[in-house]
Amino acid sequence: MSVRGAKRWLLVGVILAFVLSWFSGRINPYDRGVWIDCGINIILAVSLNLILGHTGQFSLGHAGFMSVGGYTAAKLTLVCAVLVPASLQPLLFAAALLAGGLLAALAGLLVGIPSLRLRGDYLAIVTLGFAEIIRVIMQNTEAVGGASGLSGIPKLATVGWTFALAAITIYTVAGLVNSTYGRGFLAVSDDEVAASAMGVNPVRYKVTAFVVGAFFAGVAGALYAHHKQTIVPTGFDWLKSIDIVVMVILGGMGRTPGVILAAILLTWLPEQLRVFADYRMILYALLIILLMILRPQGLFTFRNARRKGVKAAS
Amino acid sequence: MSDPTNPSFRQRPLDSFFQQLVNGLALGSVYALIALGYTMVYGVLRFINFAHADVLMLGAFSAYFLSPAVGLVLPLPGIAGSLVVMLISAAICAGVGILIEIFAYRPLRGRPKLTVLITAIGVSLLIEYACQHRAVFGAATRPFPTLFRERNLDLFGVTISSNDLVVVLVTALLLTGMWFIVHRTRVGIAMRAVSFNPQAAALMGININRVISFTFGLGSALAAVAGILYAMKAPGIEPLMGIHPGLRAFVAAVLGGIGNLPGASLGGLLLGLLETFAGGIPGLSNYRDAIAFSILILILLFKPAGLLGKSSVEKV
Repeated sequence: MSVRGAKRWLLVGVILAFVLSWFSGRINPYDRGVWIDCGINIILAVSLNLILGHTGQFSLGHAGFMSVGGYTAAKLTLVCAVLVPASLQPLLFAAALLAGGLLAALAGLLVGIPSLRLRGDYLAIVTLGFAEIIRVIMQNTEAVGGASGLSGIPKLATVGWTFALAAITIYTVAGLVNSTYGRGFLAVSDDEVAASAMGVNPVRYKVTAFVVGAFFAGVAGALYAHHKQTIVPTGFDWLKSIDIVVMVILGGMGRTPGVILAAILLTWLPEQLRVFADYRMILYALLIILLMILRPQGLFTFRNARRKGVKAAS
Repeated sequence: MSDPTNPSFRQRPLDSFFQQLVNGLALGSVYALIALGYTMVYGVLRFINFAHADVLMLGAFSAYFLSPAVGLVLPLPGIAGSLVVMLISAAICAGVGILIEIFAYRPLRGRPKLTVLITAIGVSLLIEYACQHRAVFGAATRPFPTLFRERNLDLFGVTISSNDLVVVLVTALLLTGMWFIVHRTRVGIAMRAVSFNPQAAALMGININRVISFTFGLGSALAAVAGILYAMKAPGIEPLMGIHPGLRAFVAAVLGGIGNLPGASLGGLLLGLLETFAGGIPGLSNYRDAIAFSILILILLFKPAGLLGKSSVEKV
């Protein structure tokens, strides 16, 4: 997607967000909930795509960033909700989203630093470890509810907010990667040694990818907290990270439109499979295996683009 | 503070120290056995087999279903009966491991690492969710049968559970056996050759697929025994029981330097000791997971290839 394409998507996304929020009052709450889930997963998948797809850093800790954002924002609105008049609620929500994103970005910086020395499986286990440490800390901190988590969070996430933020995420990631500066991400992903020989500083690009990716994961976490109204530490375990990784792989690494479609599909499909409640997760697991064997380049990759198939994250 | 000359005051800390040491060694041995499977598969295929933790669970369940049948022939709890249960469970799991490799990983030979890794996660989820289905095992926790009658042994004034001793002994035996297989047999040489350079090994006439199958079988058999040993000390068995020890063993394998057999054993023992001692300190016990991962991250920051791993410089 070119920068121009990204701008068009931003416009489309924001308009879509307005139109959807206009209609959202008329559709039933269940569908509205699924739409918001879709939007949140788009933000998560697109932000992980920057780290995993574009920069080639295998991170298994996206749920950790999400939980940092979610907890920060939820705590902020819970504390301030009584102080702020109803008319200023959206402003409070915006502040909470920003705070969640910024704190998650800080966590991303912390995780990004080990990535200077580690690669491949080692990086995967370290990012997984960070997410688990965050989860254990949340579980043992009474100020954020301990193991039972936070509940009674005001329902401030709407379809409009979610899709507008999704559009901003897509725009930022696509714009960043397709800028002159952003070519460095792809260079680091393709061949780190060659990139540094050409004067591209891999350290800077890796840390930037982690910080930006974590920021949007934090925003998604904040939206999630204000959508579900309850968050528990176990909701952000490594299976959640795997879910997001699967979305990116399914959509095709480094291919934004594919990743968006995959995020929507993987939110919508489990809802449809609710009828087969007992077999739902078994089918999901089978789907992952079969896709990896039959279509490793991603479901929505039709043109033979820059890279053939999935690039190894080593 | 009480009087330091009070005998109970002098006795306690040391006593509980040894107690914790034995507990830690027993737990660490189980982690070491599991970590060995991760590390061996990594050695030949260069990917982390996430389904390993579920093979461990299948091992415990095989023993659960086998022990009543074996109990008809041999006395159970008893040493001979338990050994038979362990052997058959190990054989079953070796078969499962080989089947997983043939159906899920073999079609992906030569594909990028990430593809294989995601497939492994898929296989792991498939086994977990399939076993949780009520037609298979169901999600409920079941009590694990007693394989060895537990006795408390008094060793130099320290009370040790006989089960802990069994765990440590079985592990020591298996580790020695593993060392023998890898270093003193033909198939072990083939395994090391494949690990060193698969292409060259194939050119030297080694059947790579057979070596990989053998490695999976061996690793899965170890996982089955580890699962039984783990279940002996756990409150019960359920389809998700493998996740927790599996994750620890995975950390242990990386800690020791993944692909390195002595490293995996060392990492497992260290992690077990660490977890037990951290659990003994009040206030820290809730943070056990966090401590294990923090130490892992710190070690990897200073020694990115793990404790015993060789760091490789990327050549262009």
